Amino acid sequence: MGDVASTAEAVARASYGKLVAFLAARTRDVAGAQDALSEAFAAALTDWPHSGIPRAPEAWLLTVARRKLIDAARRRRAGEEAAPTLALLTDEFDEADGEPAIPDERLRLMFACAHPAIDAGVRAPLILQAVLGFDAAAIASAFLVSPSTMGQRLVRAKSRIRQAGIPFRVPDPDELAGRLDAVLEAIYAVYAEGWSDPAGTQARSRGLAEEGIWLGRLVASLLPQQPEALGLLALMLHTEARRAARRDAQGEFVPLDAQDPARWDAALIEEAESLLLCASRMDAPGRFQLEAAVQSAHAARRRSGQTDWSAIVGLYDALLALTGSVVIAINRAVALAAHLDGPRGAAEGLVALDALDGARLAEYQPYWAARAALLARSGDAHAAAQAYQRAIGLESDPAVRRFLQTELSQGFSKQGAGDKPLPSPTPVGEGPGVRACGPLRSAVRNPR
Amino acid sequence: MQYLLLIYGNETAMLNTPKEASNQIMAAYTAYTEAMKKAGALLGSNRLRPTSEATTVRAPGGKQTVLDGPFAETKEQLAGYFLIEAPDLDAALSWASRCPGSQHGAVEVRPVWVM
Repeated sequence: MGDVASTAEAVARASYGKLVAFLAARTRDVAGAQDALSEAFAAALTDWPHSGIPRAPEAWLLTVARRKLIDAARRRRAGEEAAPTLALLTDEFDEADGEPAIPDERLRLMFACAHPAIDAGVRAPLILQAVLGFDAAAIASAFLVSPSTMGQRLVRAKSRIRQAGIPFRVPDPDELAGRLDAVLEAIYAVYAEGWSDPAGTQARSRGLAEEGIWLGRLVASLLPQQPEALGLLALMLHTEARRAARRDAQGEFVPLDAQDPARWDAALIEEAESLLLCASRMDAPGRFQLEAAVQSAHAARRRSGQTDWSAIVGLYDALLALTGSVVIAINRAVALAAHLDGPRGAAEGLVALDALDGARLAEYQPYWAARAALLARSGDAHAAAQAYQRAIGLESDPAVRRFLQTELSQGFSKQGAGDKPLPSPTPVGEGPGVRACGPLRSAVRNPR
Repeated sequence: MQYLLLIYGNETAMLNTPKEASNQIMAAYTAYTEAMKKAGALLGSNRLRPTSEATTVRAPGGKQTVLDGPFAETKEQLAGYFLIEAPDLDAALSWASRCPGSQHGAVEVRPVWVM
């Protein structure tokens, strides 16, 4: 039974978005597809223990879900759009190796969710919900709204897709500009959720980074002429390359500056670099390309042994001009301090941090961690200790918390300025919904 | 799917458009309507007479009131409509963006709730 349940869960995780996309692309009914699919998963849990796990579990689930959808369409008032649902009956798949090849229509589903007729604020949450099956409560916490509000917005948006006839298709090149942004943002949010749990201890986050990269690869392969799509994939691959190096043998947090470049994944770095090169040849810089370029500058330490802080400050300047994001401003301040080095660098970095709007940063952990390190460098032990306390209090990852506690208890007070690594100035983007103008939240952390 | 394209514009400005410009707009509408017919998208269309000629009826609880004028005073008024058949919202939006009315005012696209 446990085996069946875990197989069902694994199939659910792996196939959810694909099955929703397949069903919804034919009916335009995302909510109906999700309902039918959860009924199919429930049926699997009662059926599989007796009849055994089917040879092609995904196809089994799809068959049951289709039947549920068709039943639901028949129950509905006659004449109301039953035809596309009934057409599901006749839709056949190609059989490859005896297993039905279910076409992957997740990208089409994502573009339907990112349609300009959908309220801009709900596009990325809707993509996460439709493709990954996150519940409204989980999405609400990531996007800083109440679960009931998020639930209502998602219901309204799904109903709008269906009633307004929003198509499931990849837009033409001339329409792509605004729509691609929401899709890329959602993919990055998926990746960031997975990244914030490097140990893979939370079931919900497990595999999300891989999922994000998979979606990023899909978009980049379908839209190879879109530099930002390539930039996003390069960014994710660069940060992914450092996954193993972020923890030492004891599972303790290792900040970027202290990481051993030999532990970085060279193949992923190579791939990221060539994507970024491709993107830069198209001569249309954007947020993801710039963030990938920052990661590329850090990755260069693998060969040169040095970090080109002046280049990184320049990239953050460009990013700040583009996004106005507070998160970028914090990173820029830390990079500036590293670039100028010593107490003067720390002082300049602190001036830059002081210029930010403090009230909104009260709960933003990376701000306090950056502040603590710069204060320690500038020799203000008392203020540094206070900032460390706040950073520790706001941190949810136990390994990072222990790292900060060690810094606080023995690190900065014994050492002179300049020989202490700064906190990694690499929280690349912003987590789901954490925009420059929005509230900040430490729980939605950024890859570091 | 059926969509109703509702054309809104500033009625006063429209009525005061010089003859030549007005002819040009009418010619644009004629071409637009023809293109829709040729594409097999047009189900029906009409221009509406000004809101000064509107009469509004309400009968709450069976008690009928008849008021002179449109149902609401707005900056832009409903001037006409096109009822079209389109495969999806994008196709409907594409027709709406080509409607001459979208250059002078706004075109609201509403999916029709077929009864």
